[in-house]
Amino acid sequence: MGQVTMAQALNTALRDSLRADPNVLVFGEDVGALGGVFRITEGLAAEFGEQRCFDSPLAEAGIVGTAVGMAMYGFRPVVEMQFDAFAYPAFEQITSHAAKLRNRTRGAVELPMVIRIPYGGGIGGVEHHSDSSEAYYTHTPGLTVVSPATPADAYSMLQEAITAADPVVFLEPKRRYWTKAEVELPAATEPMHRAVIRRAGTDVTLLAYGPMVATAMEAAEAARTEEGRDVEVVDLRSLSPLDEDTVCASVRKTGRAVIVHEAPVFGGYGAEVAATINRRCFHYLEAPVARVGGFDIPYPSPKLEEHHLPHTGRILDAIAELQWEEDR
Amino acid sequence: MTATELNPQQLLPGEAPVRLVDESGTPVQAEGFELPASGVLRELHRSMVLGRRFDRQATALTKQGRLAVYPSSAGQEACQVGAVQALGAGDWLFPTYRDSVALVTHGVPPVEVLELLRGGWHCGYDPYRYRAGPQCTPLATNALHAVGLAHAARLRGEDAAALVFVGDGATSEGDAHEAFNFAAVWGAPVVFFVQNNQWAISVPLDKQSKAPTLAHKAIGYGMPGHHVDGNDAAAVYAVTARALSEARAGNGPSLVEGLTYRMDAHTNADDATRYRLGDEVDLWRERDPLDRLAALLRESGLLDDASAHAVDEEAEGLAADVRAQLGTDVHLNPDELFAHVHAEPTRLREQADLLAEELPAEQEEI
Repeated sequence: MGQVTMAQALNTALRDSLRADPNVLVFGEDVGALGGVFRITEGLAAEFGEQRCFDSPLAEAGIVGTAVGMAMYGFRPVVEMQFDAFAYPAFEQITSHAAKLRNRTRGAVELPMVIRIPYGGGIGGVEHHSDSSEAYYTHTPGLTVVSPATPADAYSMLQEAITAADPVVFLEPKRRYWTKAEVELPAATEPMHRAVIRRAGTDVTLLAYGPMVATAMEAAEAARTEEGRDVEVVDLRSLSPLDEDTVCASVRKTGRAVIVHEAPVFGGYGAEVAATINRRCFHYLEAPVARVGGFDIPYPSPKLEEHHLPHTGRILDAIAELQWEEDR
Repeated sequence: MTATELNPQQLLPGEAPVRLVDESGTPVQAEGFELPASGVLRELHRSMVLGRRFDRQATALTKQGRLAVYPSSAGQEACQVGAVQALGAGDWLFPTYRDSVALVTHGVPPVEVLELLRGGWHCGYDPYRYRAGPQCTPLATNALHAVGLAHAARLRGEDAAALVFVGDGATSEGDAHEAFNFAAVWGAPVVFFVQNNQWAISVPLDKQSKAPTLAHKAIGYGMPGHHVDGNDAAAVYAVTARALSEARAGNGPSLVEGLTYRMDAHTNADDATRYRLGDEVDLWRERDPLDRLAALLRESGLLDDASAHAVDEEAEGLAADVRAQLGTDVHLNPDELFAHVHAEPTRLREQADLLAEELPAEQEEI
């Protein structure tokens, strides 16, 4: 296939899933004729008809709540929240129903549904278009929360999410929608719940997911050329569950860890990763686990977001603080 | 004819609630509706007697500590029984926490119905076995599940409809609005049955809504709204049966408001004397739905002392069963806490192991 963007990979995953299973439905705001504001559902309504891919009224709780009912009846709905912060009206349906119905009914009701959420910043979006809301979902038992970082993963993980037995919050890093990679679709990457090593290294582990994986890769390269550090980059891919074994194997090897995410650091997902590393890798650590994230502020306006989002310089600074032998 | 093809005036409820039996038990005419057949009337009566006895027994069990809490639906039997009896074999019911009588009428074993309120597990029955969603506590949220499920049935080409109960308070919730709107836009086969018992815990209806009636809300969504005397089981049955039949026939959703009254406090833990007058309760006691239908049946020769006694005996038997089944401590396996969170329980294995280690120690302490 050649060069494929993440947006095209997601679109192809939806198309292939709709073809493979008549129970798959795609709906949400503007996903029909328009193909979604990010064009992720482009052409699907035309190919599969209004019964399989359709516009809903403009109401996020309604979208997720009706998807719960459809999943109860045996469908596999894939719904789109238009932007991260626009998913908040659906929070109750996601956390009190989608996440809990299996448990409430002692396993009688399975909800195979996917809630796609374009998330994060970096696209110059005005207010309410750039939140990193992952920790709200990872804090909710019953949800699977994943975020791809590459076109190949976007395809493979979305397909896997659609076939999963439990509800999946599928966080799409919207600033990477137009990132291209050489991919042959259909692509089958590592299982969705597995973290992967994007770049092998021996000195320090950078842990990232979704939009920050590319940033971490850039930082790793800069650390090599500017500081001579050999940085390993782990793409977590799945936030809940967390692939602790892959994370810990890397940190035990390097002895140092920096977690990078766009979300505010306070109460952020990085705290969970740091706690896991401290618990399982304490005796291997050469320095405290560091976290690099957005500031603890409401997401800023477009002209200021570059100061908020983690960037290579900030990651290099965090790496420099990791109590290296020469500094002791 | 779908709702959108109707003259807007036809979406409005009638000037007065539909009534087929007046407060003295005398049949009255209602345009477009017939008194249900004798067999249906007898069954409505029987189920209401059983339902009320079940309800009383459940309240009594709270006093013995056998139920954590119980929200009584005494006074609302005509709504719960009348609407549920109108369900077809393939239809689904989406109840709230106050609809235990509806679930018992629907055929769910009482002990399974009370599992939530007993505190054993959040839902005591398999929704697929009885075509009934779990009893829903966050108000109106399950109205959206009903819409989704009903739309799904239609996509499958099946003629199942969904009946969802909400209360007067719940019509203020955003999810009620979204459910009404989604159902109307999609033409989903759903009947929204609003049990207007006039109190949302302590808040009366006039602080909840300024709509002329709650049935008037329907026209704003482009679906028909029906207003029915919610203490007249025959009328509730007739109106709901027609609404379900329209839904199954592909004519879209509708809203039915049953005007009734919550005779008891919100739950056994509530004190209704803090916010409402006994006079009001006494007034509604005179409109009792069971007395009304019994009077009609007796007048029509469909009920006599012997058959009334037989129903009472059956109700006592039901209550005795409930007492027996709930009179013993519930046996729960704490390990089950981890069993149904994910499809793969292995995700929580470490925590399950931790609890397992604690358990023998606790048992020794006892």
